[in-house]
Amino acid sequence: MPRREAPEINAGSMADIAFLLLIFFLVTTTIDVDKGITVKLPPWSDEPPPEMKLNSRNVYSVLVNANDELLVRGEPMEPRNLRENTKIFIANPDRLENMAEKPTKAIISLKNDRGTSYEAYIRVYNELKAAYRELWDAESEKVFGVRYEELKTIPEKKQVRDAFPLVISEAEPTSFGEE
Amino acid sequence: MAKFSRKKGKGTPKISTASLPDIIFILLFFFMVVTVMKDSDLKVDVNYPYATELQKLEKKSLVSYIYIGKPKERYQKSYGSAPRIQLNDAFATIDDIPLFLEKEKVKIPEQQRPLMTASLRTDKDVTMGIVTDVKIKLRKVNQLKVNYSSKPRTDDL
Repeated sequence: MPRREAPEINAGSMADIAFLLLIFFLVTTTIDVDKGITVKLPPWSDEPPPEMKLNSRNVYSVLVNANDELLVRGEPMEPRNLRENTKIFIANPDRLENMAEKPTKAIISLKNDRGTSYEAYIRVYNELKAAYRELWDAESEKVFGVRYEELKTIPEKKQVRDAFPLVISEAEPTSFGEE
Repeated sequence: MAKFSRKKGKGTPKISTASLPDIIFILLFFFMVVTVMKDSDLKVDVNYPYATELQKLEKKSLVSYIYIGKPKERYQKSYGSAPRIQLNDAFATIDDIPLFLEKEKVKIPEQQRPLMTASLRTDKDVTMGIVTDVKIKLRKVNQLKVNYSSKPRTDDL
């Protein structure tokens, strides 16, 4: 029997098939960036928290009410000013009597109503976090010469964080204005 | 010189397209790898709020998603328009969260379990009441790492 040469398969349509698959995956791809504000919640305990005597000068009370208005230490404030004011409160550069004794003693107390919109809450939470991040950046810049993000080792990061410990205490919301 | 001019007379040589499929395949594989098939069908409307202090969630397998928002229009007849929670593919109540997290937990190796994150994908118009209830539930089951999904904001407040 004469050996027939195997016929060459036309690979021209291979590209079409691959294109079809490619288009399918292009369409179904959702480049869904998973980003957000990371928080660590305090563990739950059934007992009421112990009464703590806090010097009121160290507590920065922030309230977002059911109308999405911002009240800081009882005074209304624009959200865009919150970051700067928080930084001044924590760092207290002028050693004022009514601001934090030192950054390690500063406590931010965040409170909201049940009727507060999530958007307003996130906006305020973001500003508070941003205030700390800017303080960390400044401290890191001063000690290590680079921004906090660029610090390589964990002890370095910890040193910066310990100078300005992030304490945002969230109180139980008041049941005001719920739908 | 004569040699060169003779070659020119033959016209441009054909470009081989034999490697075209390979190129396309490489692209194909790239997209196959990066594609995340939409894992759950959203039954609630979720528009993320905007924020600047964003952190990326690194390991997808360690993240459990909790959606909170108004039911989509076609579900509003049966579920109403008040904000609801969605876990996986179905509407749920707050009391379903512990079981849901437990099911997610058994899927991942034990040493990675402390790294589990709950991603709260909440609509920006939802009120804090339901979010607070979810947060309290998460604290009760000791799921303390939480991420509030948000979109990056570029402009000032």
